Parts: sequence; C-alpha cells; structure tokens
Amino acid sequence: MTTAVDRIAIKAKERPGDRIFSTATVVAGSLILAVLAAVALFLFVQSIPAFVAPADAFKGDFSNFWSYVAPLAFGTVWSAFLALLMAVPVAIAVALFISHYAPRKLAQGLGYLIDLLAAVPSVVFGLWGIGVLAPMVQPFYANLVEWFGWIPLFAGPVSGTGRTILTVAIVLAVMVLPIITAICREIFLQTPVLYEEASLALGATRWEMITMAVLPFGRAGIISAAMLGLGRALGETMAVAMVLSPNPEVIFQLLTSQNSNTIAANIALNFPEAHGVGVNILLATGLVLFVITLIVNMIARVIINRRKAFSGAN
Amino acid sequence: MSTMTISSPVTNSLTAGKLPKHSPMMVLAASWIVVGALFAVIFLSGATETFNWAGTLFFGTVLYCIALFLFSYFVEGARRARDRLVTALVTIAFVVALIPLISLIGTTIVNGLPAFLTPTFFTESQRNVVGAGGGALHAIVGTLFVTGLATLISVPIGLLTAIYLTEYGRGRLARGITFFVDVMTGIPSIVAGLFAYALFSLLFNDPGIRFGFGGSVALSVLMIPVVVRSSEEMLKLVPNELREAAYALGVPKWLTIVKVVLPTSLAGIVTGVMISISRVIGETAPLLIVAGFTASMNYDLFSERMMTLPVFVYNQYASQGADSQAYIDRAWAGALTLIVIVMLLNLVARLVARTFSPKLGR
Repeated sequence: MTTAVDRIAIKAKERPGDRIFSTATVVAGSLILAVLAAVALFLFVQSIPAFVAPADAFKGDFSNFWSYVAPLAFGTVWSAFLALLMAVPVAIAVALFISHYAPRKLAQGLGYLIDLLAAVPSVVFGLWGIGVLAPMVQPFYANLVEWFGWIPLFAGPVSGTGRTILTVAIVLAVMVLPIITAICREIFLQTPVLYEEASLALGATRWEMITMAVLPFGRAGIISAAMLGLGRALGETMAVAMVLSPNPEVIFQLLTSQNSNTIAANIALNFPEAHGVGVNILLATGLVLFVITLIVNMIARVIINRRKAFSGAN
Repeated sequence: MSTMTISSPVTNSLTAGKLPKHSPMMVLAASWIVVGALFAVIFLSGATETFNWAGTLFFGTVLYCIALFLFSYFVEGARRARDRLVTALVTIAFVVALIPLISLIGTTIVNGLPAFLTPTFFTESQRNVVGAGGGALHAIVGTLFVTGLATLISVPIGLLTAIYLTEYGRGRLARGITFFVDVMTGIPSIVAGLFAYALFSLLFNDPGIRFGFGGSVALSVLMIPVVVRSSEEMLKLVPNELREAAYALGVPKWLTIVKVVLPTSLAGIVTGVMISISRVIGETAPLLIVAGFTASMNYDLFSERMMTLPVFVYNQYASQGADSQAYIDRAWAGALTLIVIVMLLNLVARLVARTFSPKLGR
C-alpha cells in the first residue's frame, strides 16, 4: 500500500501559457535542425542538373562535373592547409602568452585585442591583402625563387604582383588565428591549477611546467581548435576571391602567378554572370564545399564534446 | 677551521647563478643597436638607398633570441636557457599576431579617410555616377535593412532555442540540437548564400532572383547559431535559487522564465546579440549571391536588387571605372565605415555587459 503512494509523482499544474511556451521553444529548436537539413536538401536538388551536364556547359576544358570540381577542391584544401601550417603554432604561442605569460591585469585586454581581429570583415582583409600585403611580400618571393627555386614548391617564374596562393594562405592564417587562439586560451586556462603548482614546486621551469601539465591537458582541445580553424579557412570566400590570380588546374607551386582557385572564391567570381546550367554547376560545387566543411566541423565537435569540462568556443 | 672558507665574498644563494632581473630587456636593446649599427654602415656606404628599419628589427630580434639563449646557457644552465628562449618566442609570436591588426586598421584609416570625409558619402547613392563623387548611402541603408531583418528573424528563434536547451531540453533532441548548432557555426558563409538562392529560386521559379530578404535569410542561417550559443551560456549563469524561489511562490514555469530568468540575464543576451550582429554585418559572399548589387537606392526588401556595404566595397574594387583611383578610394571608405560600425557594436556590447550584468562572485 505504501509503495503505491510513493509512486504518485507530484506534478505541477500545466497551464495553457506553459504549454504554448514550451511548444514554442521546441519548435524553435527543431527549426534549426530543419534549416540544416534544408540547406543540404535544396543545394542537392539544385545540383542534380550539374552532375549530368554535358562537357560544353563547363567554363574551360572539362569533360564532366567531377573533373571540374577536382582542381577547385584541391585549391581549397591546399590553401587552407598552408594557412593552418602558419596559424596553428602562432595561435598556440599567442594563447600561451595570454594565459600563462602576460601579466594578469593585462591578459584580458590583450585577449580582446586578438578578438578584434575576428571582427574585421573578410572583404576588408581582401582589400588589405591585395593593397598592402601582396606588394610587400613580392620582393621576398622574388628572392625565394632566386635562391630556393630548385625546391619544387618554390619553382618560378615568380609572380610579379605577389597575388599567389602563399599570400592567400597568409591572409587566411591571419583570419583563423583569433578563432584558434580563443579556443586554445580557454583550454589552457582550464588546466588544473594543482598540476601546474605541483610541477613548479618540484622545480620545473615555466616551460617545463607547460610541456608537462598544460599541453598534454589541452591536446584534444588544440586539435579541435585547429579543425575549427580549418573549417573557417576552407569556407573563406572574399579574401581569396580578391587576392588570388586563379587558374583552373592542380598547381602545387606557391609563388607563381598560376594558382589553383578555391571552391568558394570560384563561386563568388562567377556567380553574378552565371546563367542556365552554369548556376547549377556552381551550386553543386557549393554542395561539395558544404559536405567537406560539415565533415571537418563534425569531427572537431566530436573531439571537443568528448571532453565534457569544456563549454564551447563562443 | 671551517670558518676560514667564509672569507670569500658573500653571495646571495637565492640569486646566485641567475642573470640580473632586467637582462632580457638589455640584451634586446643591445642586439637592436648592434644590428642597427651594421645596417647604418651599409646605408652610409651607399649600398642601400634607405636605412633598413624592417631588417634591423627582424635580425635584431633574431640576434636577441640567440644571445639571450647563450648568456643564459652559460650562466644558468640548459633548462633555464630553454625557458628564456620560449618566453622570448611566445612574446614575439604575440607581437607578430598584432602586426596585421595594426597594419590593417592603419591602412584603412589612411586610405579611407579622404572619401569618408567627403560630405556626399553619407547623403548620395552611386546612381549615374561615373568617376569621382557620389556616396554609399544606398549601401548603408541596404546593410541596415538586411541586417536588421536578419536580427528580427534570428533573435526570437535563437533565444527560444537557448531557453529550450537550458530550461526544458533533456534527452536526444536537446543533445542533437546542441551538436548541430555547433556544427552550424562552421557553415561557410557562401553556402548560406547559395542555400537562400536555391530556396527562393525554387519557390518563385525565378533563376535570376535577387532581393534583400534573401540576404536576410542567408545571414540568419549564419547568425542563429551564434545567438543560441551566447544566450545559452548566459541563461546557464542564472542561479538555480532564483528559479526555485519563484516556483516556491507558485509562479508557473513560463512566467518564471519570462519574469525572472530572462531579466536576470538580459545584459548578457543583449551583448551576445550585438556581437552576433557584428559578425554578420561584414559578410560579403552571401549578399553578393542573393542580394546582388545596384547603384540605386532601394528601400524594398522584397523586390529588386539591394546594395549592402560589404558588397559595395567589393564591387567598387572589382569593377573599377575610368577614374580608377576614385573607385579604390570609395572601396577603402566603405571598408572604414564597416570597421567603424563593427568596432562600435563590439565596444557598446562590452559596455552593456560591464554596466548591467549582475555582479557574480568573481
């Protein structure tokens, strides 16, 4: 008899306001999932004509859609990879500086300063890249080709304008730096203080403390931060579209005036004039980009979520 | 007997074998002076036309790293030397990261100010303008309209989702939403633009569709996840005691949320919304695709092309006319306007956060 009484849960009275409000929140939440599904669905529906398009529908010398998108996909991945190669070490160092080296009082202000970089619109980065950075690095490129031209990556002829994939990668690196820094900083700050104090008390120098306590603790976080940065670099459009002088081929050389274009920049450059099946082809390349970034982001998020303590980058 | 050995000069055992406190600064200054002197000799001998400032700073800093490592190695030993080297490298990395920010803001101000200060920049559009003159009013109005509508769409959806995740959500749906909101923050902006285009061109069966509302939808796709994340963080900060006190007084759950939870976290939510606006107001690619570009004023979000500030910057740069300098000047002025708007939004957001947020224990 007592067990039956125990089982009766006390339930709050459900008022109409409660029901309406909670339904509204569920609808809003589900809407987000619906939007993500709709993005994939509509892009796919509009891309179907591109997959079966005849060879003469493509700008340039391509037999089908996949041969058209391959060099673009290569350019996208190649430029993002180069950008990460530069951004990740600097971002880790900057995050360490803010979390463990800078004076406590200054640290937060310095963090804001780096966050300001994230707020600069990409089109301004494009203007800066083409107006300031490209002319500035061109003489260095000329020297690089002169001295190291025997290395295939640096083979000439050197670009006269500096608008090469390496310049693009530098601009992209500057753009993803604040994202990677922000996440790394959060993670480094979460290192248990006891670990840090223990290693310092055992006589470790600050650098030894960081290699023994901070970096091992943050390894998963650093990897996922890098992948989020990769996702951003893959999808960046305007800076690439403005700075790069493109060529529809797979090209590894960093310093010539012939560079593989990226998917996003190719869309931005060609979409305003596209018509007919040309629009569908560009939409289909967009779908490819969407799938690539979705996979990269999902892997990054799975790695982050595995560490429950970490609350998120934003 | 043993007292005899003390007669040697007394050293402080705590600082023995360490470099003096300010030695890194002194080594840095010394290496800059040495390298600077070297470049000055080259300059005076006539080998270069100007004194090489960049070279002085760069090679001086490299010399600093090497010299500091060597000094420390011989005085303090290998472990401390490595520590000092890393400290130097980390600090240099931070300074290097700031160089693009300073260079970018500096060039934008210098190049953008002349056209920015012309009186017509904020009062006229580009209609019938060839060469110099005209302004960006059509783009500024377009940006305000498109971003404003995007905010109107994103804030209710984002806020309600955040409320669901913190107050109601349990189980698989909540976990799925959290995961995919995070994934959505990584959608490339151009894909959002393509989505809006694909959606509306199918709905209205018009393959050449361009209108401002499409831009708002595209920006909302980018903005909603940011609003959800920031609002969720803020709602989580509201202490549970407040909710329990309200329940104990017999307040229904939805009224508790509306009257207790939301007002408590309002400052944080406003800050998050403003920062998310500053993220999307500079987006170019989606607006280029679905809002298009025009030289005329357009106050109607639902028909015809609509110019926006980022697209204005790109368009002025990409399609320069006969008097190309005028176009480049306008591009920089547009960029300056954008940066001013974004910085103002960020600044006001931080002020709101600092002034109105409830004081928590920290």
